[in-house]
Amino acid sequence: MSPLQTDIAHLLAGSMVLMSFLLLYQDRMFALLNVFALHACVLACSVGWQAYQQRAPHLFITALIALVFKGVIIPVALRRIVVQLGIHRTIETVVSIGPTMLFGIALVGLSIVVMLPVTQAEGAFVREDLAFALSVVLLGFLMMVTRRNAVSQVIGFMSLENGLVLAASGARGMPLVVEISVGFSVLIAFIVVGIFLFRIRERFDTVDLQALDMSRGESM
Amino acid sequence: VSATVGQMALAGLLGIPAFGALLLAAIPRYRIAAALNVTLCALTLASAAALYWQRPEPSLYLLVDDVNTVFLFVGSLVGFSTSVFSAGYIAHELQTRRLKPRDLRFYHAMYQMLMFAMNLALVSNNIGLMWVAIELATLTTVMMVGIYRTNAALEAAWKYFILGSVGIALALFGTILVYLAAQERLGQGMLAMAWDRIVARSDSFDPSLLNLSFVFLLLGYGTKVGLVPVHAWLPDAHAEGPTPISAVLSGLLLNVALFALLRFKLIMAGNPHVLSPGPMMVTMGLASLVFAGFMIYRRRDIKRMFAYSSIEHMGIITLAFGLGGPLASFAGLLHMTMHSLTKSAIFFGVGYISQLEGTQRIADIRGLTSSQPLLGWLLVVSCVAIAGLPPFGVFTSEFLLVTSTFARAPWLAILLVIGLLIAFSALATRLHGLAFGDTDKQHALSAWRLAPMTLHLLLVAAAGVYLPAPIVAWFRHVASQLG
Repeated sequence: MSPLQTDIAHLLAGSMVLMSFLLLYQDRMFALLNVFALHACVLACSVGWQAYQQRAPHLFITALIALVFKGVIIPVALRRIVVQLGIHRTIETVVSIGPTMLFGIALVGLSIVVMLPVTQAEGAFVREDLAFALSVVLLGFLMMVTRRNAVSQVIGFMSLENGLVLAASGARGMPLVVEISVGFSVLIAFIVVGIFLFRIRERFDTVDLQALDMSRGESM
Repeated sequence: VSATVGQMALAGLLGIPAFGALLLAAIPRYRIAAALNVTLCALTLASAAALYWQRPEPSLYLLVDDVNTVFLFVGSLVGFSTSVFSAGYIAHELQTRRLKPRDLRFYHAMYQMLMFAMNLALVSNNIGLMWVAIELATLTTVMMVGIYRTNAALEAAWKYFILGSVGIALALFGTILVYLAAQERLGQGMLAMAWDRIVARSDSFDPSLLNLSFVFLLLGYGTKVGLVPVHAWLPDAHAEGPTPISAVLSGLLLNVALFALLRFKLIMAGNPHVLSPGPMMVTMGLASLVFAGFMIYRRRDIKRMFAYSSIEHMGIITLAFGLGGPLASFAGLLHMTMHSLTKSAIFFGVGYISQLEGTQRIADIRGLTSSQPLLGWLLVVSCVAIAGLPPFGVFTSEFLLVTSTFARAPWLAILLVIGLLIAFSALATRLHGLAFGDTDKQHALSAWRLAPMTLHLLLVAAAGVYLPAPIVAWFRHVASQLG
């Protein structure tokens, strides 16, 4: 594999980490959705490039799923939900943006420290790809932990899942990648429908998870 | 001939629940659906039992071996008796209008879907397929937990969903790493995902990749097992869903996740250069045991209390398998079986209690032995059993575990005993008011409805008094394979 081809793969995977950071500091709902759509598009490019490199046509399906489902359908659906629920205001965070970003940088450092020595035997292609993927996964976690709002937690989960698809597509010749990405899409569809159902039933006035905590059986 | 019978049994094990899910989704009459649900579960149980004698040839996707036949049999048995309990339980839910007939159609279809997903997870030979099956099992239980659509039920379902998904995501990352380690030796493609091939060759895999993968798998599947500190979904999901689902969660789903963990532990055990997975599992198991023991004290909700008891027992089982060796693994396997039977029996009882009393608050439920003597005494017996007192099977397995731990790591045994005592005294305190407090209520409940609970308790008592030699030989054989 030529250095240029590896560099392109790294550029795309690295952009995903960058997009994850962009997600971390968004404080408006619509902006968050837009950045997530971009995140999914970069994933589609990255997986598409892997498919081309590895001569693995089935990965093109995964790329297509990422592009159509996560790049278009989910953001549009979430946008409609956000409008209908009237939550297009600022996003409440548990930890303020500054410390979150610093923590995010530390997580990227951690994943590089963990992954690079472990995958010494693999080629540079797989090695850095996995380090990037783990960074995206960890940043997704961070986002889920630091957001209270259900919609942004879901976005955190989906960005995490994008990291997993990146890792799976980078693992040479891994079978079932398409099936797994379909499985995840089903999972996400259920989450989105779930948020919507919460509202349809009109049980909650808000999708703020703190309000959910009030209704716990423990606080009787 | 034997291979053909095995093939048919395997096909039945997966096909019956899958077909059942479709069938039950189409049947509007809940009485017929409940009867069919019981029949389908009985057929699945028969298939699982047949696999004990006749095994099909392993393929790249499916594998029936000594280890998973135990899990399959215990799972199908609990699944069957829960379906019997569920038939009586949902009739009452329909009367009190907590559920509508339409909900029940969905409920029965999901019940069979869950059985399918769990059987698939147990018999899958492909680590990717196993992951997909466990994800499917998670999805179906999430939907059943939220079926009452109350605030608390939706919150529990949401929490379960998010935490379960995160766990599943971590497990997938671990699975990808195992594949990466395997494909260097086994070549790219399906072969490098077949569990039996991976185990056979894991000694030549890159140890550092395996180490890292196990951390992810332990946290990921550990979430589904309900190990501390990733247990937070479990009490809510148990407390807010329909009680048959609490029984299935505790008696079945936790075991399936533990089984997945054991499969990966065996991959690790085959490689001499990796970190030993044992200490990690022992630590998490012990933490779960002690933490859950303290948490039982403070519960006000009866289902939540027994959910913490499940965390405690899953901790004990994880500790036993983490400790390893023929005796501890035997104890773990026996404890898993006994816990499944006892805890599902408890939830059968608790389901009726909460229906009769109209509440799940422990403070409002008093004097069950005088208001409904049979149910009350069965609850006392099952609490005695789950607390690990003789003559029940849980005592046998805990005794075996404590003695084998004393022989190998005395300080660990002390912690283990302290944890067991904490949980025991917590349960005893709570049970006193529930069973013997003053009350002037009288409840009517036909005795046949308590048949599944009685049957489970009889099995547990029988296992405590006398464990038949074939079962001992079977479990010993399986324990030797678990390392």
